[in-house]
Amino acid sequence: MTAFLSVRDLSVRFATEDGVVRAVDGLSFDVERGRTLGIVGESGSGKSVTNLSVLGLHDRRTTEIEGRILLDGQDLTTAPESVLEKLRGNRMAMIFQDSLTALSPYYTVGRQIAEPFRKHTGASRREARLRAVEMLEKVGIPNAALRVDDYPHQFSGGMRQRAMIAMALVCDPELLIADEPTTALDVTVQAQILDLLKDLQQQTGSAIVLITHDLGVVAGTADDVLVMYAGRAVERGTAREVLRSPRHPYTWGLLGSMARLTSPVDEPLTPIPGSPPSLLDPPPGCPFHPRCAYVARVGGDRCRTERPELPEGRGAACHLPDGAGKGRTR
Amino acid sequence: MLRFLARRTLGALVIILLISAITFFLFFALPSEPALMSCGKNCTADSLAVINKNLGLDRPVPVQYWHYMAGIFTGRDFSAGHCPAPCFGYSFANQQPVWDTIVDRFPTTLSIALGGATVFLVVGVGVGMLAAAFRGTWIDKLFSSLALLGNALQIYFVGVVALAVLVSGLHWMDNPAYYPITEDPVKWFTGMLIPWLVLSVIFIASYSRMTRSLMIEQLSEDHVRTARAKGLGRSAVFFRYAWRGALAPIVTIFGIDLGSLFSGAIITEFTFSLHGLGRLAVSSVTGTDLPMLMAVMLVGCTAIVLANIVVDAAYALIDPRVRLA
Repeated sequence: MTAFLSVRDLSVRFATEDGVVRAVDGLSFDVERGRTLGIVGESGSGKSVTNLSVLGLHDRRTTEIEGRILLDGQDLTTAPESVLEKLRGNRMAMIFQDSLTALSPYYTVGRQIAEPFRKHTGASRREARLRAVEMLEKVGIPNAALRVDDYPHQFSGGMRQRAMIAMALVCDPELLIADEPTTALDVTVQAQILDLLKDLQQQTGSAIVLITHDLGVVAGTADDVLVMYAGRAVERGTAREVLRSPRHPYTWGLLGSMARLTSPVDEPLTPIPGSPPSLLDPPPGCPFHPRCAYVARVGGDRCRTERPELPEGRGAACHLPDGAGKGRTR
Repeated sequence: MLRFLARRTLGALVIILLISAITFFLFFALPSEPALMSCGKNCTADSLAVINKNLGLDRPVPVQYWHYMAGIFTGRDFSAGHCPAPCFGYSFANQQPVWDTIVDRFPTTLSIALGGATVFLVVGVGVGMLAAAFRGTWIDKLFSSLALLGNALQIYFVGVVALAVLVSGLHWMDNPAYYPITEDPVKWFTGMLIPWLVLSVIFIASYSRMTRSLMIEQLSEDHVRTARAKGLGRSAVFFRYAWRGALAPIVTIFGIDLGSLFSGAIITEFTFSLHGLGRLAVSSVTGTDLPMLMAVMLVGCTAIVLANIVVDAAYALIDPRVRLA
């Protein structure tokens, strides 16, 4: 029995002027209905690319996809565009980061919410409009019956993001992919949006993939966590496991570079030295080894030559023996 | 919207007034004596003075300007008789009422400009959208090469080639000529066809290239990706989202191009020996025919300014952010 969303050995490559970029390399993960998977990583770690390819929104002329993406047992990588069109916005939906650019400035919020509903359910204009008002109420827009005729630029940032959630959820999708849904928002609004997502998930039981670089967001929202680095999954576990006892030096680094309320104010943050590798020419072996402080502890050239595998279930893709990082966690 | 239109109309009036004043005063800076035109062969100083008096040229220039402008709205009395409003005076060159000549010539220029604009907007934008839809294929490459070629052409060259091939060579069409649309729409259409095509060639080239790049830019926009994420079909995404986004800049550029459209229409007139405003403008400058020159300037400016207001209003209709701001 496979999971509701099951990604297996996914590789995404695209051709650029400088050469072929391996944006995602051998990635596997599962998400069940009613669960939230947080995918964490720096910019360029392949988080967004992965999820665009789940919906088939990648540029087909330049992008090459290998592996399997199974939604409820159906392989999306080989599905024709017509099948994907029926799934998108209907059984699987996506919330984007920047609601100002992700909504069209030329149509009212109501029309943009009603559009996928009409397309997928065959509802009349009137029914779809009522549905749009209902959805706006559901996501907490006051005066929804009036605001439904507003244009996106007449909404505040937080309201726009709510409207985008309403648009994504209008057909009650079973899979919701939220790509940095709160990054562009104030901290207080962030918390409201995340609460809203959780509430809606409890009502509909949908599977959520939450893409973020913010471990705080993951801690509050996700059930499971996948940490990505340079297009690969480097650590997997429940949110509690990964945040409380991380096993990969990269995850240690991510946690160490985060400010905490419980730490003394004058304690400096520990950034990860260096920058993510170029995916045009990824380093051999473990992609994190050029920035890793623990290469010497592994001994020999293993980190530089041998690519560590991520075990199924809880684990990290690292040559360090389990437990070697104890004491690094806070 | 009403306030917007009122404000724009007021601004337009100021612009037209300024241009009329500048034209009028510049004319008197010319080293020429208009009265000589009407004086004939046996011209004496006395008859010249009489003509100057009859034409009102003996008065101070500002007074003349005032009489001229007032005449447009209230009519004017000349020694020859009353000239009803709108009175643009009588031509120095042939003593005919200027307004009648304008009414006779303006439709020709308007037909060329409007028809040409329709052709290049439909074909240029259409070709650009096709190229964007089939980006990277032979269709795109063919259109892009043709656009480059078209960009290098000039009206007076294309016009002559079109005449040589379509009229003289293949006898597919008659010489371009203007027939009023009210009398014979079919003849009007066939007579204007070559001028329209010739005028639109250069514009088609630039509008197709512009549309192509705007569409490609729009197709990579976030809101277009959102539309795809909603499960909309290819054509809904292309027309409803990408094309809608490309429309506003196209309209803006069209507004800027109105001036070149008008001058293009004038060059086209010359190329095909059609009698429109352009020919009139040039003959009134070389013939120091002040009333005619003023009238051509005023009518031309008013047409361009009005068209600009229409374009701005269209822009406001297209983009709600402009409408509601």
